[in-house]
Amino acid sequence: MDAEAQANIKKIVENQDCKDNFIVVLGASDLEGAEISAETVTIGDPSFAGPLAGVSLGLPVYHILEPEIREHIPEDVYNESVGIMAMVINPQEIGERFKIIREKLEKKNR
Amino acid sequence: MFQGKKAIVIGERDGVPGPAIAKCLSAAGAEIVYTTTECFV
Amino acid sequence: MSVVIKDCAYILVHVPDFVRYGSKPSRDIAVNGGWGGELEKRICEQIRSYEEAMAYPPNQVFIGNIHPDELHNIPQPWYEHPIEGAKREGKFGEILPEEEFYGWLKIADDFNLIWLTPDFIEMIRDKVVSSLFLTEEDLKKLGSGVPLGKILDKVEHDSALPLYYNGTIVGSIRRDHDTDDSLKAQVLLENLFAKASGALVMYHLFQRASLKPEEVDFILSCSEEAVGDRYNRGGGSLSKAIGEMCHCLNATGHDIKAFCAAPVHALIDAASMVEAGVFKDVVVVGGGCLAKIGMKYSGHLKHRMPILEDVLAGIAFAITKDDGVNPIIRLDCIGKHDIGAASNQEAIMRSLVVKPLDKIGKKMMEIDRYATEMHNPEVTLPAGSGNTPYTNYKLMGALAAMAKEIDPSSIEDFVRKKGMPGFSPTQGHVPAAVPFLGHALEAMRRGEMNTVLFVAKGSLFLGRMSQLSDGMSFLLERNPKSMKLENL
Repeated sequence: MDAEAQANIKKIVENQDCKDNFIVVLGASDLEGAEISAETVTIGDPSFAGPLAGVSLGLPVYHILEPEIREHIPEDVYNESVGIMAMVINPQEIGERFKIIREKLEKKNR
Repeated sequence: MFQGKKAIVIGERDGVPGPAIAKCLSAAGAEIVYTTTECFV
Repeated sequence: MSVVIKDCAYILVHVPDFVRYGSKPSRDIAVNGGWGGELEKRICEQIRSYEEAMAYPPNQVFIGNIHPDELHNIPQPWYEHPIEGAKREGKFGEILPEEEFYGWLKIADDFNLIWLTPDFIEMIRDKVVSSLFLTEEDLKKLGSGVPLGKILDKVEHDSALPLYYNGTIVGSIRRDHDTDDSLKAQVLLENLFAKASGALVMYHLFQRASLKPEEVDFILSCSEEAVGDRYNRGGGSLSKAIGEMCHCLNATGHDIKAFCAAPVHALIDAASMVEAGVFKDVVVVGGGCLAKIGMKYSGHLKHRMPILEDVLAGIAFAITKDDGVNPIIRLDCIGKHDIGAASNQEAIMRSLVVKPLDKIGKKMMEIDRYATEMHNPEVTLPAGSGNTPYTNYKLMGALAAMAKEIDPSSIEDFVRKKGMPGFSPTQGHVPAAVPFLGHALEAMRRGEMNTVLFVAKGSLFLGRMSQLSDGMSFLLERNPKSMKLENL
């Protein structure tokens, strides 16, 4: 995740008293890249290069293509904005992978 | 899941761009506090 | 239609000693030990030799010695399977070694920004002299050099950037203003890189297209640097500077700025000028991007592989009136991503693929091939940036499935038959569809292919002026007159 995005996210989150209300949603096409972004907003930038290096924001993170996310979004809006990507990137695979990512990061964050 | 939440959106140009994700989350009741679309190439 | 792409040229320049000056490496080096520190050393240890870069299969595809489809038959990682007997010269251009590029840089330098030591100039002089393209007048610009002591002093006390060859300082580039950031050494180096590589590829184009410099009417540059001082940053015009270096005495030009999609924008503009009869011979040229060198270096270091973004790329195309032989640009079905169109993937691809084909009554499956963002996946995957051509081809396949032209289970088949593996260096504007133009021209001239749709996307949001995406597309078609001749 580029340094500017990290800095902006850090500023927004650290300026809030209540951090429980945040949710991060990703749109990455590559699972490895998505995992790096997920890690960056939970336990910190794994490359130790950006403003979130060593900073644990602990934010809940999801991918827009996860079936679990799709259920909560009006169908017509989802189909128009995102629908076609479900034919490009396997939503089941993303869903399973992100469950594992969230579990892994939760353990590391404790 | 999204009602009343502050959403941080990190899209990707060749994946799902930020504005497309933001549209979905707004429709689900989230407040979009940050959107970006990353371009890795 | 009465406009053809007469020919094209593609070059690469191996610039291992400049990986440190790519945007990402230089910024990371600054916060990780500084110049001479640990990170810079690690980067230098993972640099390829010229021979390795030259024999790297995707690079040989880029300069036209191998067809992109051949990459399916070469085991990966490609950097462990160099092409045996690989040549520096390609059907479409060449791969230039760094020491010769220093000569081109110095010749491109009209303001004495670059100082090189006398020894280094002597070392490169013979190699530069043997260039087919440079004249006696050009070679005089190499000069006799500046003593190393003076160069080091400039670096130490006046914000000049040291220039290296094989890890040793052989020169410097100075800033041209004490306080204007638009004229600092890094920026001027980026701009000179684009100018010098643009000139090299333009010369190759003249040779291939049998086009004389004085026959060129107009030049469109399509790279992504910003030429200007603090009052007109990005104002241009690199096109005219490249044209001057190539002695295009009867031409002027301007720069097309459309981020990565610029080459396709520029080709459409050039074709429109020729179609309208404003000009007869228009050249589109894109020099290489120093800023993008080493962009994914950290993924390459992490995976203990060579840093693959060690080559500058240059592209050039000659557009002229219909000659009855070369492929035509169909100006009646140009694709564009409009301001009013949504910025989701489906809307973008419909604008660039479905809508233009609908206009001329063609289905997606009737097009022989599609050229999209042709980034080499071996560069991007280790850095978590995905396989850009593959993702875009799958998107196109999904559109064909939504149009019921194919079954969703055939999307992978679509990718294999209508697409190709990525092979272009990740030089911003360079990979955006046009790397396949040379191969397409060849196939159409041989009568092996009839139509290719070139689809380019641009990331407008990077400039922070708009959240929109951008893109343009055009259909290249085998010349109908050549088909008639064949049928006689």
